[in-house]
Amino acid sequence: MGERFKIAIVGSGPGGLSAAARAAERNESHVLLEAEPHLSNTIYLYQKGKYVMDEPGILPLRSPIPFAAGLRETILEGWDEAAARLKINVRYQHEVSAIKRRDDGIFDIKCKNGNSVEAEAVVLGIGLQGNLRKLGVPGEDLPFVQYQLDDPDAYEGETIVVVGAGDAAIENAVALAKQNNVVIINRKDEFGRAKKGNEQAILKAIDDGLIECYYNSSPEKVEALSAGRKPGRMILNTANGRAQILLDRVIARLGATAPRGFVEACGVVFPNKDPASVPAISAQYESNVKRLYIVGALGGYPLIKQAMNQGYEVIEYITGNAVEPADAPLLKAKFANLKGIGSVDQALAQIQKNVPVLSHITPLQMREFMLDSDIRTPAAGEVIFTRNDYTNSFYSIVEGEVRIEVEGKPQPVVLRRGEFFGEMSLISGRRRSATVTAGPNCILVETPRRSMNRLINSVEAVKADIDRVFIMRAIQSRFASEASTEQLAEMAANATLQRFKAGDYVFQEGDEGDCLHLVRIGSLTISRNIGGKDIVLTYVAAGNYVGEMALMGESKRSASARAAIATETIRLDGAVFKKLISRIPALRLRLQKEFKERTAANLAMQSLPGGGDIISFLMAQGAGEATDILLIDESLCVRCDNCEKACAETHSGTSRLDREAGPTFANVHVPTSCRHCEHPHCMKDCPPDALRRAPNGEVFIADNCIGCGNCERNCPYGVIHMASKPPKKPGLLQWLLLGRGPGPGEAPYDPNAKKDPTAKKAVKCDMCKDQPGGAACVRACPTGAAIRISPEEFPAYAQSRR
Amino acid sequence: MHDSILTHAKSRYLWISIGLSVVSIALYLWHDPGVAPNGGTWLGYTLGTIAALIIVLLLLFGIRKRSYSTTLGSTRGWLSAHIYLGTTLILLVLLHCGFQFGWNLHTFALVLMLIVIFSGFFGVYAYLRYPTLMTRNRESATRDAMLEEIQEIDQNALALADGIAPEIHAVVLRSIENTKLGGGVWTQLRARDGSDIAIARIRAAIEKRETQLGAAPAPMQAGQTIIAMVDFLAGRADDKQSEALRKLIDILSRKRSLATRVARDIQYQAIMEIWLYFHVPLSIALLAALIGHIISVFFYW
Repeated sequence: MGERFKIAIVGSGPGGLSAAARAAERNESHVLLEAEPHLSNTIYLYQKGKYVMDEPGILPLRSPIPFAAGLRETILEGWDEAAARLKINVRYQHEVSAIKRRDDGIFDIKCKNGNSVEAEAVVLGIGLQGNLRKLGVPGEDLPFVQYQLDDPDAYEGETIVVVGAGDAAIENAVALAKQNNVVIINRKDEFGRAKKGNEQAILKAIDDGLIECYYNSSPEKVEALSAGRKPGRMILNTANGRAQILLDRVIARLGATAPRGFVEACGVVFPNKDPASVPAISAQYESNVKRLYIVGALGGYPLIKQAMNQGYEVIEYITGNAVEPADAPLLKAKFANLKGIGSVDQALAQIQKNVPVLSHITPLQMREFMLDSDIRTPAAGEVIFTRNDYTNSFYSIVEGEVRIEVEGKPQPVVLRRGEFFGEMSLISGRRRSATVTAGPNCILVETPRRSMNRLINSVEAVKADIDRVFIMRAIQSRFASEASTEQLAEMAANATLQRFKAGDYVFQEGDEGDCLHLVRIGSLTISRNIGGKDIVLTYVAAGNYVGEMALMGESKRSASARAAIATETIRLDGAVFKKLISRIPALRLRLQKEFKERTAANLAMQSLPGGGDIISFLMAQGAGEATDILLIDESLCVRCDNCEKACAETHSGTSRLDREAGPTFANVHVPTSCRHCEHPHCMKDCPPDALRRAPNGEVFIADNCIGCGNCERNCPYGVIHMASKPPKKPGLLQWLLLGRGPGPGEAPYDPNAKKDPTAKKAVKCDMCKDQPGGAACVRACPTGAAIRISPEEFPAYAQSRR
Repeated sequence: MHDSILTHAKSRYLWISIGLSVVSIALYLWHDPGVAPNGGTWLGYTLGTIAALIIVLLLLFGIRKRSYSTTLGSTRGWLSAHIYLGTTLILLVLLHCGFQFGWNLHTFALVLMLIVIFSGFFGVYAYLRYPTLMTRNRESATRDAMLEEIQEIDQNALALADGIAPEIHAVVLRSIENTKLGGGVWTQLRARDGSDIAIARIRAAIEKRETQLGAAPAPMQAGQTIIAMVDFLAGRADDKQSEALRKLIDILSRKRSLATRVARDIQYQAIMEIWLYFHVPLSIALLAALIGHIISVFFYW
């Protein structure tokens, strides 16, 4: 039996620490269990001198411990000081291994070091970083075995064994190899898991003999040696038997164990298998396990200030004090223009009642959802969005109706209270397919892409609802002009969703055609095998159909369809489709006409020598997921770098484009510059949701960037980097006539001028969305070598380059 | 789609220039001032004014090119106009002066203008010819990547040479010191580097060693050097050394080809830039001469 506390807090990150501080302030019996010998390991591991931001700025801080934007060191010092002042009962190096709720409602908490405590309530604030995975062999905790590397230059002349094959291991190994003798241990026979650049770097280093690599090998044990020149050795199991390495240091970079397994072992349920999903928690942060509370990133709130507020509030809730959440004033302001809707809670409940798709979510999720969303009350006739806009927010109709003008239909489709729209662009990442205008007395909730995606990923029922409507509408938009509602419903009933990885065949030339596919996410290339070589004929973007031709005449597929990137399609059953076209001659005629046009285009492409090769090349550069890509014709490019200068000059001194880098094929050069992907990788994990998409498709970074660098790491094309704002420089005429300051596009402005040390933020191409004339790189090119085009134009582009 | 400066906007500025030329020639032939055609007639003044305005417009290109946020046409369009209108200037100015030349400021301005225009012609030629050559020469590598590889080869070569013989090491070291890429204008344009010195020196070193061993050096053709050397090494007792030397020769050959490519890359870039060093300063000089020309003309009035 361990000590008994009222509240046990696991993890001393912003959420846990704030909770412990509030408990200490209120003189509640509490204990704070921290695995590391210091507070807040995630922030502790930030790079030294990192500037930590305090987004969202509008949210007030509610915590006994201080927090404001500033240097990592200042923040940690403030927290240490506050922890001491408030006399928080913190136990360091108490890594919790199990939490069990006994039948009498008391929690048993066991720690790895053998200690255990009891508590009436538990607050889990362990975040998402997880625990660093250890070697898992004897000797894993020896002093010369380490699991992270702060400064590779701190070691010199040592023999260092790096274990792992991921990006962290490779980056460490390459950096250490400069002044050390490095051996890397790879469990597999390749480095396929790493980023392309890292893979190339490590293979080259191995090739050059700078780094020695043991493939298909794993450590068996690590031992300290008392005699000899080296302090330790590692015994390895290799494909050719055992080997021994004498070493000074082992650096194991094996990733982290996601906390999910541990959390599930505590009895907490996750809604689905998606790694992005978070456990459902109540408005009081309570999980499905009674009196087990979850705060911070683990509950889906990745920002420091949110977590700290939750830590404070959760203690209030546990002690029976019903405080209003810190976000209540913000929500109240959102509902300000709704009359007669009552309190915040009533308003939230009303919205959930009116919109069935939102009825599946918990009150806390609803709060979060509304915090990110906007209430819009457009006047009758106001345009909500226009066809071909690139916006990707999602709209729910709380009151009133909207009209959707579908192309080719004289009567607009009317959607009423409870329905939603905008899901097409949200899912496909492409332009809006129709213009939507508001009807009378319309109240809408507009939700940004990220919040909606988070909801779809964490609530199965929401996903199912949206998918069902998506399929129905996709079929309608294609066949509605000829087919009746029942016929469409029959098709929708037989439709299924299918996923393909990049390079997978959706179908192959010569296959029996038994279905057609509507591309929902991603894109396909259509190719034919001619003379033993795959010739790419065309590119099919999301929102288009493939495979209906085999269902109309010949039964065999006349070409292969392959996923250019990760792709999702709606598969429509062939038999139902055949029945449909046999009944509706008008539909048959329309499809035949389209078939003829497509065949003619394919033939034109086929007869071009090497025409399809350019498309293949562009696809290999990831252009399949682009919406707008910069291409340079190297036979026109005079390497004046005016494009880079233009970019720097129009974007506070930093060019977001590297003209020279990147591959070239048949004089077509793909420089390192943003392609404004359909589903931008950079948006994947942005804590303040600073990455946005503008109506014209530009993916840009808003001012609330916190400089965490996630987007930089997530971008597979290396087009984002971190930069601080440089000082102002003299104007063009002053440079031209008086020689003052550096010229246009030239850096540095003034090496002695101090750069603003506060804000290093992410910068990327925004396609000059704020420039009246459009992309500066293209406009500044004196010879017409630089153009920006979208993948739909690739076939025409390939034909123009004979 | 890509569009060259010469065909920009369906060669709009070519047609404008042709139109301007045809009208000027027609007026010149039709006009009969009673004296020899010169800048002092109404047609002379008109053509002169047009030419002066065109010169100002062409000079403004330098500012437009650096005004990155302006919406005043595309840089490509400006350059296209710059080329065609600049070419037309030759005709306009000759008609303006009525083919009268002399040892004076006026003709000086004309000569300056012609030099500027012809240096521009070279620029157009360079812009059309060298980009493709440059791409082909690079083989998809960037210049930095090639330089990095050269550096790496240098280090590897030193390490290899270390294991063969001290004199080979010295030769490789000296060759690294002698490999110079870039430098002054002349070096850049000549595209020479010192990278082949190493192979030549190794050959000399081997010959020297061979002589010391008593065997007469076989007469070797330049192209056969490497093969002959490998033959020579294959006959040596020390397999490890000859293996290392063979490897050394391999990587030195690779370095030579890289260094040649980098030097050529620099050369192409230099050619594409060098003409601007005449074109731009002389155009400023032309502006000064033009102002002088206009002011002095008013004294005749």
